[in-house]
Amino acid sequence: MYSFEPSEEQQMLMDAVGKYAQNDLRAAAHDAEESRELPKKLISKGWEIGLLQASIPEAYGGFGDRSAVTGALAMEEFAFGDLAGTLAVMTPSLFATPILLAGSEEQKQEYLPKIIEGDWAPYTAALIEYAYDFDPNDLRTTAKADGGDYILSGEKAFVPFAKDAEAILVYANLDGKTQGFIVPKDAAGLSVSDEREKLMSLNALPLYRVKLDSVKVSADNRLGDASGHDFELILASLRIASASAAVGVAKASFEYSMNYAKERDVFGVKVAQKQAIAFMLAEMATEIESIRLLIWEAAWKLDAGKEDAAKDAYLAVTGAADMVMMVTDRGVQILGGHGYIREHPVEMWLRNGRGFAMLTGLAIV
Amino acid sequence: MSIEFETPKPIAQIQFVLKTVAENMMRSQSRAFDENEHEIPYSYIEFMHNAMRSIGGGSLAPKEEKPAKEGDEKKEKRPPIGYQNLAAQIEMLSWGDVGFYLITPGGGLGAAAVQSAGSAEQRAKFLARFSEEKPTFAAMAMTEAGAGSDTSAIRTRAVLDEATQEWVINGEKIFVTGGDKSFKEYEQFGKGFVVVWASIDPTAGRAGMRAFVVESGTKGVTIAKLEHKLGIRASDTATIALVDARVPYDNILGSPTVEKTTTGFKGAMATFDMTRPLVAASGIGVARAAVEYVKEQLAEQGVQIRYGLPRQKMTAIERDVIEMEIQLRSAWLLVLKAVWMADNKKPNALESSMSKVKAGDVVTKITQKAVEIMGPLGYSREFLLEKWFRDAKITDIYEGTGQINRLVVARQILGYSGKELR
Repeated sequence: MYSFEPSEEQQMLMDAVGKYAQNDLRAAAHDAEESRELPKKLISKGWEIGLLQASIPEAYGGFGDRSAVTGALAMEEFAFGDLAGTLAVMTPSLFATPILLAGSEEQKQEYLPKIIEGDWAPYTAALIEYAYDFDPNDLRTTAKADGGDYILSGEKAFVPFAKDAEAILVYANLDGKTQGFIVPKDAAGLSVSDEREKLMSLNALPLYRVKLDSVKVSADNRLGDASGHDFELILASLRIASASAAVGVAKASFEYSMNYAKERDVFGVKVAQKQAIAFMLAEMATEIESIRLLIWEAAWKLDAGKEDAAKDAYLAVTGAADMVMMVTDRGVQILGGHGYIREHPVEMWLRNGRGFAMLTGLAIV
Repeated sequence: MSIEFETPKPIAQIQFVLKTVAENMMRSQSRAFDENEHEIPYSYIEFMHNAMRSIGGGSLAPKEEKPAKEGDEKKEKRPPIGYQNLAAQIEMLSWGDVGFYLITPGGGLGAAAVQSAGSAEQRAKFLARFSEEKPTFAAMAMTEAGAGSDTSAIRTRAVLDEATQEWVINGEKIFVTGGDKSFKEYEQFGKGFVVVWASIDPTAGRAGMRAFVVESGTKGVTIAKLEHKLGIRASDTATIALVDARVPYDNILGSPTVEKTTTGFKGAMATFDMTRPLVAASGIGVARAAVEYVKEQLAEQGVQIRYGLPRQKMTAIERDVIEMEIQLRSAWLLVLKAVWMADNKKPNALESSMSKVKAGDVVTKITQKAVEIMGPLGYSREFLLEKWFRDAKITDIYEGTGQINRLVVARQILGYSGKELR
């Protein structure tokens, strides 16, 4: 059957996330971006909505089952408020969700309850590397088997909250395959940059470079059992999250610029009454909706265990990156000169928008 | 309810059957009927008519739901999928050949107008013919030389002759898809009709617009011209001239009196909400044919499309093909949402036009790009790709151009009337 209607439960979650995104995240976004600081309280409040908690079974301290569709729906709502805030609130998921998806029973028992039962705590993951052709399936950071241990070497970029992290899930190249390794904060050879990274956007999100200088971890710390795990499912889930967040940002820019166009007087009418602007808005709405459905379908396939889910997740995030670029660029364009001024949020969303082509790895659902 | 994308079994089954039809009855004759415009592929028409009759209908259009009988409550009530099914069928037939699809016998747009704007008696009277022995056609005549998407500029007039209680219609309609097969009397076909839009009160603007069922063979009506087109050549596009054409009183769809509202015209607009996603579906079928052809040809040359790579590592062709797939699928999902809404009786004017905007855009671009990628193979009339390029273009034109549909989408999202956003 085809259906395009979220379930009641999903709708309730969307409403809760949407309310927080609108009232809290959006309200704080401008100052957070300018001051490079996200209030702790804001993150805690978002954490309490329980998006991650609701995706983890009771056996591990949660109260639900993970669904990529539900995650995608929630991410849209979240990122509609503010992208940096969303990524901050959801950072522990970068560590917990791969463990849920691919971890061994021991790893689940050890980490999941302590991450989700308490307050928001900085558990994070390191995937992205500094390379123009960064490819999650062909990492430069390496893992080498060494007796019963693994030796990790390399450098990771854009690792959220790495400075305070209790543990980092580090992805590395083991014999040509991407594998995750749980690296505790005090591991010898692990160093986190003192300075936060400075990107074109996401100023409010503390991101760090992480160096791994022959970091030794035990075989128990390899994600999954002794033979590791399949990275495809994790990557697809990262892609769905990124794509859905792109929809949220695009919707924010679309809605803001549309409302602006309905207020702005020009030649005796509102500027939205000019076809040049109205058609831009119509195309923005169309692109957002069509890519949104592409993401939903990929997420549904992931949940249903369909063979081509991973490929579809890839197509979805690729399409979403283009869509959000197009929409956020027009958001600025519709406001004209005002769009270029930092008093309006559309320029920030444009900077957010450009990031989606390279930021897979900062969120997972 | 929950979000789901599992193709319902009945749809999967009919797609399977139609794929065979497309491959054997359509693709094999595609080129010949493109080169010989205005010839009629009787074999396809006969075959489709018999096939549809054997499964209990004479038309692709969704059947009306039967009212529940007593004792039916125990059966699990399945959600309606009529329009979803129809969109899937149209997509597959158009994948075979969109020109052929357009001359699939049955009511087409004419019957759709009767369905949405006619009374129960009119539906019974005019729609029964499509499941009879001979293939039968119906068409919709709206466009005039001076009135395309601006349908309020329609000049065709219908005047009631009080003495005979007949409508007397005068005017000229152009671009009537299937007009020839619907109106002209062919030995091989049953008696069809054309739904003609005319004004019963020119002072009332759109409120005075009504649709009339003009039966095949009506005196005073002639096929004045058959167009020679860029594509969809197997489908006839007719000019229909009406000179004092007399139509029975009861052939008017909707109220014969004019109120100061636009109810009559809304009938036509409601029809568009149903038909726009179907036109989009058709275009998507053509584009899918093009994408599949490109991928097959590349595979034959040993060129693999590697999914999952960052853009920086892709070849130009990989970028193009992946972009085609993204656009094709996302356009299709918009169609699916629009028809799902239609099936579930949700107002879908926005989604319907969105699906048409998107499909018109992407099928044009996809087929353009496909010809470019294939080079001489794409440009040669020895292969079908150049034909699909020509066929696809109509998607962005008929049933409202891309621009008109942008206007509809814009008005919907902005909450503007036609006056506020012209």
